[in-house]
Amino acid sequence: MTLLSIRNLEVHYGDLIGVADVSLDVAEGEVVALLGSNGAGKTTTLNAVAGLIPASGGSITFAGERIDGKPAYAVVSRRIGLSPEGWRLFVGQSVENNLMLGATPLADRSRAAPLLERVYAIFPRLAERRLQLAGTMSGGERQMLAVGRALMSDPRLLMLDEPSLGLAPATVEIMYETLERLHGEGLTILLAEQSVELALEFADRAYVLQVGRTVMSGTASDLADDPEVQKVYLGMG
Amino acid sequence: MSATLVQVIVGGLLLGAIYALFSSGLTLIWGMMNVVNFAHGDFVMVAMYIAYVVYVLLGGGPLASVPIAAVSLATIGILAYFLLVRHVMRGPMIAQILGTFGLALLLRYSMFGAAGANFLSLPDNLVGGTYEIFGIRLQASRVVAGIVALLVTAGLHLLLTRTSLGSKMLAVSEDATAAQLMGIRPDYMQAIAWGIAAGATGIAGALIATFFYISPTVGETLAIIAFVTVALGGFGSVPGALVAGLLIGLIESLSAYWIGGVWKDVVVYILFIFVLWFRPQGLMGKS
Ligand SMILES: Nc1ncnc2c1ncn2[C@@H]1O[C@H](COP(=O)(O)OP(=O)(O)O)[C@@H](O)[C@H]1O
Ligand SMILES: [Mg+2]
Repeated sequence: MTLLSIRNLEVHYGDLIGVADVSLDVAEGEVVALLGSNGAGKTTTLNAVAGLIPASGGSITFAGERIDGKPAYAVVSRRIGLSPEGWRLFVGQSVENNLMLGATPLADRSRAAPLLERVYAIFPRLAERRLQLAGTMSGGERQMLAVGRALMSDPRLLMLDEPSLGLAPATVEIMYETLERLHGEGLTILLAEQSVELALEFADRAYVLQVGRTVMSGTASDLADDPEVQKVYLGMG
Repeated sequence: MSATLVQVIVGGLLLGAIYALFSSGLTLIWGMMNVVNFAHGDFVMVAMYIAYVVYVLLGGGPLASVPIAAVSLATIGILAYFLLVRHVMRGPMIAQILGTFGLALLLRYSMFGAAGANFLSLPDNLVGGTYEIFGIRLQASRVVAGIVALLVTAGLHLLLTRTSLGSKMLAVSEDATAAQLMGIRPDYMQAIAWGIAAGATGIAGALIATFFYISPTVGETLAIIAFVTVALGGFGSVPGALVAGLLIGLIESLSAYWIGGVWKDVVVYILFIFVLWFRPQGLMGKS
């Protein structure tokens, strides 16, 4: 079943174009990667789905319902979680407060405590630092917190904007092992990633964005074997 | 230390606690949304008239007027947010200044129209008269007002730092966009902040009315104290407002005792400028 469906998405930043024509589908239980060099439109696409920026054209459908035009607070309560670019943590608050804020959209508040335990089980590092201010954490820990916070809303679709950016290789490995495990538990994932190799290893399918358009798509293994992919990337270097 | 000096110190701190209370609302609004509410002093003024009306109509003291003024002012604060602030916030800084300043004038001159320019006051013995403890003479109204103000200010701080509502409000003030990703509606949190801030001025106004004259322009005097308290304590910091309020009350009281009543404000402002020289972010503000 198709969970998320984007058709001819167009987003503007004032007079500037963020994305011009993006179409993609994510099926329930799938891991889909958005590939593309810096400025290709990956962040813009994810933010438009999350409702952080309005679409100026096209449609976004989630679980059969149009969600484009809905504000971010209404989108997240439909169980779409985003770990945004730059993490956007509440640096003046504790790790645990950040996580509990992530649980705000839950209709049933009593589920917050078990979800918190689950996130602490996934990222024991966060449990160790639960009373520390988010602003005092390292890059890797912040990435974990951003993902953990998105998980606190118990999303059906988890969107991740460059979960490997700026992290030490060992931390990247931990992050991807974790995502693999969440996927194994049935979570649907849409991730933006500049590291093609990493993304294609993890994802079932991928879309390649180039200057705001989806220019190529396929299964991860097909794209990994396709010399065209390498060329597109080298071409955009 | 002479008993008189102790009395001056205690009196200053009790007054300072009230400064802290009505300043904490101003600092909360500033910290949450970078809006200066120029109508803040006039909110206190309205609360003082509510206390007067409660006395005249119901014969009630602060036990009745404090909750009534708190609820009325919280309602006024929420209305002010939805009808005015939310709209001017999107405009330039000058729109916010003129918007809330306009609200201040509206409240002030409506009160002139409704109540006239006469100075009113509540009877001295509304709250139990004056007592002597260990040789210190204390006016019961001031003791009650000071202690209630301390408790409410501390409660406000606990609300912001220890509850999930406070955490959501701080989240909106840190990053309203990211707060939306948490399913939080920034406008609701800001409206609640206006309700809380104005409600606090309601409590403060009803308490002040038990020992201070009531007039349509009293808000002006009080607003200046609130701005100085907030700037001295650090914009956005409730503990800062508490420390600064107590300090200003104390300094006012001591300088009135040592130098003379007419000089007390001069001393306060000299110290104020002196502190801002070295700590422009205020005593407890973030640089
Ligand atoms: N806040 C913004 N204001 C103006 N233009 C922006 C903004 N954010 C992104 N863009 C532009 O939109 C395009 C897509 O950017 P982005 O979605 O961030 O790409 P990616 O995440 O793939 O690096 C780029 O041309 C970028 O310059
Ligand atoms: Mg990006």
